[in-house]
Amino acid sequence: MSVLDSGHGTAKPEADAGPRVRSGRRCTGAFRSAKEARRYWMLLAALVALGIIASLGLLLYNNPVPVDSPSFIPVVKRRLTAVVSMFIAALCHSFATVAFQSVTSNRIITPSLLGYEALYSVINTSTLYFFGATVFVRFIGTGSFLLQMALMIAVSLILYGWLLTGKYGNLHLMLLVGIIIGTGLNSVSGFMRRLLAPSEFDLLQSRLIGSVTNAKPEYFPIAIPIVAAAVFLLYAFSRKLNVLALGKDAATTFGVKYQASILYALVLVAVLMSVSTSLIGPLTFFGFLVAMLSYQAAQTYDHRYVFPMAFAIGYAILTGAYFILYHMLNSATVVSVVIELIGGILFLTVLLRKRSL
Amino acid sequence: MIQIRNARKWYAEEVKIGPLNIEIPKAGITALIGPNGAGKSTTLLMIGRLLNIDEGQILVANMDVTTTKSRDLAKMLTILRQENHFVTRLTVRQLVGFGRFPHSQGRLTREDEEIISKYIDFLELTDLEHRFLDELSGGQRQRAYVAMVLCQETEYVLLDEPLNNLDIARAVQMMEHLRRAANEFGRTIVVVLHDINFAAKYADRICAMKHGQIAAFGTVQDIMKPELLSDIFETKIEIIEGPYGPIAVY
Repeated sequence: MSVLDSGHGTAKPEADAGPRVRSGRRCTGAFRSAKEARRYWMLLAALVALGIIASLGLLLYNNPVPVDSPSFIPVVKRRLTAVVSMFIAALCHSFATVAFQSVTSNRIITPSLLGYEALYSVINTSTLYFFGATVFVRFIGTGSFLLQMALMIAVSLILYGWLLTGKYGNLHLMLLVGIIIGTGLNSVSGFMRRLLAPSEFDLLQSRLIGSVTNAKPEYFPIAIPIVAAAVFLLYAFSRKLNVLALGKDAATTFGVKYQASILYALVLVAVLMSVSTSLIGPLTFFGFLVAMLSYQAAQTYDHRYVFPMAFAIGYAILTGAYFILYHMLNSATVVSVVIELIGGILFLTVLLRKRSL
Repeated sequence: MIQIRNARKWYAEEVKIGPLNIEIPKAGITALIGPNGAGKSTTLLMIGRLLNIDEGQILVANMDVTTTKSRDLAKMLTILRQENHFVTRLTVRQLVGFGRFPHSQGRLTREDEEIISKYIDFLELTDLEHRFLDELSGGQRQRAYVAMVLCQETEYVLLDEPLNNLDIARAVQMMEHLRRAANEFGRTIVVVLHDINFAAKYADRICAMKHGQIAAFGTVQDIMKPELLSDIFETKIEIIEGPYGPIAVY
């Protein structure tokens, strides 16, 4: 197999290296062995099946009207809104978090660090604070959705443009500034919240906890094409992301334009996070939970396989959690709380046992 | 040929590297030696375009490293740093395969696979090729990284202290591999070394640096002089003739 003839310099020990059977050509797959590739596809199929079963359950189970009634379909249609928004949220968070972690070569951070959620909370709190409950209740619909999304994308573009290009050109500085801006915005909205009347606060609270019931079907014609485009572009960028995950120096050595590439990936991440946050509200640890589990499940570095796995896990978790809590425990509102709790615990576990990253 | 013309780097008012002027000829191994903080790594990183040059110009095979397209440069020049951020769930073979990225943009052809196998065998990693990087010892991992940069098949290979953290046997083995890469594949290797005796035995040329300047550049015989080395390292160094050439004793 060796192209080199022996007899030069050092002795080559591979001749007596044992009867390692290597049938046919040696090649570089995304997986270590055929067995791991099989395990990947089986796991992916199982997760997709789980996601489909949970979504069907959410759509059809416990329908108050009988199947043959004419109002059966409208009920399903109304429930479909929630399922579609779960689909979008899972897609956004899984792709955004995996790409973000690879670009920053860091697996214990999430794009939420860049302050999207803080900004979302400031926009909503200040609407209520400055304009009162009547305006706040009407501050839904396509206009406000687009406004929130545009603001979040604009802020992240300013942040990237300022700190990633030109004389700073430093990813870690950008993260740090992002965290500080996020904390600052959170304190601002926290301050305004303290001055609200309890009834107003109650109105606000329901919107500040991520929930698929926040989503309105009229957002979908805008959200779906944007998300589809960003996801497609990120997936097409997989091979570059594989190299970028090796870090700045290695990527440069392999001829990748580092600054331009991370800027491109981060803009797509910003778009996905903004759509998801303005659609259903903040989900801080969800993306982290999904990314962490997908690395364990996929057992490969290759983004072409990590992305689908992350999405399948994210969708199965969201739909599964909603189905269980809604239909079995009758408490739909706490879904994101439960997901955040599990995600937060996992985050701490990983942080404390960093070796298993 | 690597041409460095008046290249400078300012870290601070007191810490300045350069102006550097040197022409490193093609083929063979050139060792960069010198005390800590002399600017060896800085010089190497500037040639490898991982560090911006504040003033001056560096040409590798007549390509200006600051203005040439990174992708074209990646087919001519590669550099390996001391510490490498390593990704989990990455096997040796997958890592070495990244060396083909400048040529195939991540879509490995049959030809690429053969080249990958060649360098895995060359660095004696054949039986480890499907191990994850975190399952290797330090020396094995270092060999995997060297296999990766050789797999890039560039004329110029820059290595920043590849012997760092290797024991004597591993260090000798690594230098033997580099020597063979230079001889058999005709690569031009520039390597930062801390041990003068390794430089004396394996390099063709030695470039000695001190206080951010090039103090001396020449063949092993030219540089292995007691006065010269004592002055550069500010320690008394004697040279004795050993069985494999001059040996520095300090």
